[in-house]
Amino acid sequence: MRHTISVLVENKFGVLARVAGLFSGRGFNIETLNVAPTLDPAFSQMTIVTSGDDRILEQITKQLNKLINVIKVTDYAGDITYLNRELVLIKVTAKSEHRAEALRITDIFRAKVVDSGPTHYTIEVTGNPAKISGVIEMLRPLGIKSIVRTGPVAMARER
Amino acid sequence: MGSQDHAEKGNLKTMKLSGAEIFVECLKREKVDTIFGYPGGVLLNIYDVLHQQRDIRHILTKHEQGAVHAADGYARASGKPGVVLVTSGPGATNTVTGIATAFMDSIPLVIFTGQVPMSMIGNDAFQEADIVGITRPCTKHNYLVSHVSKLASTIKEAFHIATHGRPGPVLIDLPKDVTVNQTDFKYPARVELKGFKPNYEGNLQQIKRALQAIKKAERPLLFTGGGVILSNAANELRKLARKTNIPVTSSLMGLGAFPGDHPLFLGMLGMHGTYAANMSIQNTDLIIAVGARFDDRVTGRIESFAPKAGIVHFDIDPTSIKKNIRVDIPVVGDCANVLKQMNRLLAAERGIPWKKKHADWLAQIDAWRKAYPMTYPERKGKIAPQYVVEQIHKLTKGEAIITTEVGQNQMWAAQFFRFKHPRQFLSSGGLGTMGYGFPAAIGAQFACPDKVVFDIAGDGSIQMNIQELATAVQHRLPVNVAILDNRFLGMVRQWQQLFYECRYSSTCLHSGPDFVRLAEAYGAVGLRITEKEDVPDAIREAIATKNTVLLDFIIDREANVMPMVPAGASIDEMMLDDGKGKKSLPKKQADKITG
Ligand SMILES: Cc1ncc(C[n+]2csc(CCOP(=O)(O)OP(=O)(O)O)c2C)c(N)n1
Ligand SMILES: [Mg+2]
Repeated sequence: MRHTISVLVENKFGVLARVAGLFSGRGFNIETLNVAPTLDPAFSQMTIVTSGDDRILEQITKQLNKLINVIKVTDYAGDITYLNRELVLIKVTAKSEHRAEALRITDIFRAKVVDSGPTHYTIEVTGNPAKISGVIEMLRPLGIKSIVRTGPVAMARER
Repeated sequence: MGSQDHAEKGNLKTMKLSGAEIFVECLKREKVDTIFGYPGGVLLNIYDVLHQQRDIRHILTKHEQGAVHAADGYARASGKPGVVLVTSGPGATNTVTGIATAFMDSIPLVIFTGQVPMSMIGNDAFQEADIVGITRPCTKHNYLVSHVSKLASTIKEAFHIATHGRPGPVLIDLPKDVTVNQTDFKYPARVELKGFKPNYEGNLQQIKRALQAIKKAERPLLFTGGGVILSNAANELRKLARKTNIPVTSSLMGLGAFPGDHPLFLGMLGMHGTYAANMSIQNTDLIIAVGARFDDRVTGRIESFAPKAGIVHFDIDPTSIKKNIRVDIPVVGDCANVLKQMNRLLAAERGIPWKKKHADWLAQIDAWRKAYPMTYPERKGKIAPQYVVEQIHKLTKGEAIITTEVGQNQMWAAQFFRFKHPRQFLSSGGLGTMGYGFPAAIGAQFACPDKVVFDIAGDGSIQMNIQELATAVQHRLPVNVAILDNRFLGMVRQWQQLFYECRYSSTCLHSGPDFVRLAEAYGAVGLRITEKEDVPDAIREAIATKNTVLLDFIIDREANVMPMVPAGASIDEMMLDDGKGKKSLPKKQADKITG
């Protein structure tokens, strides 16, 4: 099963290597990983998307907690409701008759054109995983030249 | 050195000290009396300061791996953290096997490595190695000290982390400029780490649940691991077992936690465990695992391990729980604390006939014991290795500190020396490091100068750190090495015999060396023993000799370690005797004994 995990870490030299090394060394899987400082620059927030059965997920959270530089681990599972957003840049081929279609799709998904040229648009989309894959599927027939994704970031909803 | 003069006047709080001086001051604050190491260019300042003080003795080993194993042996024997100091580059990389060995067995070490100056890091400078990167996966934590102002607090943290929670090795990389530069010295009084708060007290509700399970169990079994020794929980464990009359088995790492000659003790379990221990595991209805991690050498095929048992698991490390095996009642906490709480609850329980409660179960266990006791074949004119171990046991009254190398020698030591005390058996259990035993024996002898220390060795393993004979002789250490010399990489040969139709590929060591002359070349005493009747006298002589003694026992070359559970088999599928073929116990016969 796929899981999204938030990891609050000390913003110190080598911490990313410790976390990445833990996953590779123990054969855990990282699908995406996003990391940036929190409001307090002494800490960083990581969002990791991983997969595995319950036993593996339990090991992943325990092993992360065991790292000295890890402050807090949240596995967004069970009844924790959370926001899950990813930002994606998509460079799509947009020639003559396809230009209008590209713009229409952009509009439908409330995405933005952030760069354009005679034969392409670059579209910025933010959203949850379902929305992101929706946009990609719609644009695919037009010809996607390249795509860059941040990987999701997650935050628990305030109750 | 001006700053040192001031230091001696005791006004440390306000004085500027160099990094090298701070290093030494910090070790004193941590009450370190012995460190093991090897100098080099980037450590010259530290070695210069070490030379000018008397509180800390530095033991120069002959190889950095030897230094780490010696510090490890010192730590295991004393319960205090072991400290290592080595230079950058090759000095640092030479420590890796020792660090990984300590990591796997949760031994508290603090390893200091020299490093090229901060300004040169990353430039492929002479003798630069990214030792922090290299040891990240085999240390509990590690540090590069980037500025002398952070040195004292980093050392304080390192000792704290190494010795708290589940212990382990912590490495500190010291760039040369950090050892030279000066700063105000202040040793922090305490450590506050947001991300490191081990849970020492077990949850009382969980402990109560465990107690209920024990009360209900008809065939309970205590299973002890290295955690019992690390947390100094042996007395509480003994109290629990004696009060409840529950039999005890142990992993390799837990040997000594419970007295080896106690009627409730079943011996080691697992791949080379006793018949009684393995059969008990397969038939118990409740395992109370204390400080054990259910290693594959213990469990055999995991799917068929302890099929009838509920499992109570006490461990300080949450990751150990449910890692390899299902657990019904987990208790996260320090073994000594949890057992103490359990014993307190037990004391309040009245009217449970503990003496009679598992009488049938204990009778069953006795039947298993009698059916297949730990014996060994003796061939005419040959020395059985097991006999040598028994004699060392007997002639040291079971009191010697025993270290081992790895292979058959290790298993024979574990099977035939009945350990009385915790911290008496020092062996590389997790990593299985050949070359561990001898430097560890040296470290143990430094920690316990009045004890008799034996390294039970193999002729292959001893050659991996034999250069430490020079260290032992230099310090006139009375350590003893007993080589069970089969001129084979015996354990590998045993597998080749049993599972590869006797094709002894690269396991024959017929070319020597002559260990007796080698010992003499180092200034130690060397004795070769080829006859069984000479074994006791040789051991007596070794014990009586103040110098380092190497005993070369020429043993029955193809003796095997039995019982043996083949890799991947269930732990009740044991081969039981030292035949040339596979003589496993037919399943039906096993069932009959089970009754
Ligand atoms: C450093 C290292 N290399 C290889 C091995 C694999 N290995 C395990 S036991 C063994 C044979 C050890 O031979 P010896 O020391 O003579 O002991 P014996 O089994 O003969 O008692 C080997 C090669 C190991 N455990 N450690
Ligand atoms: Mg051998």
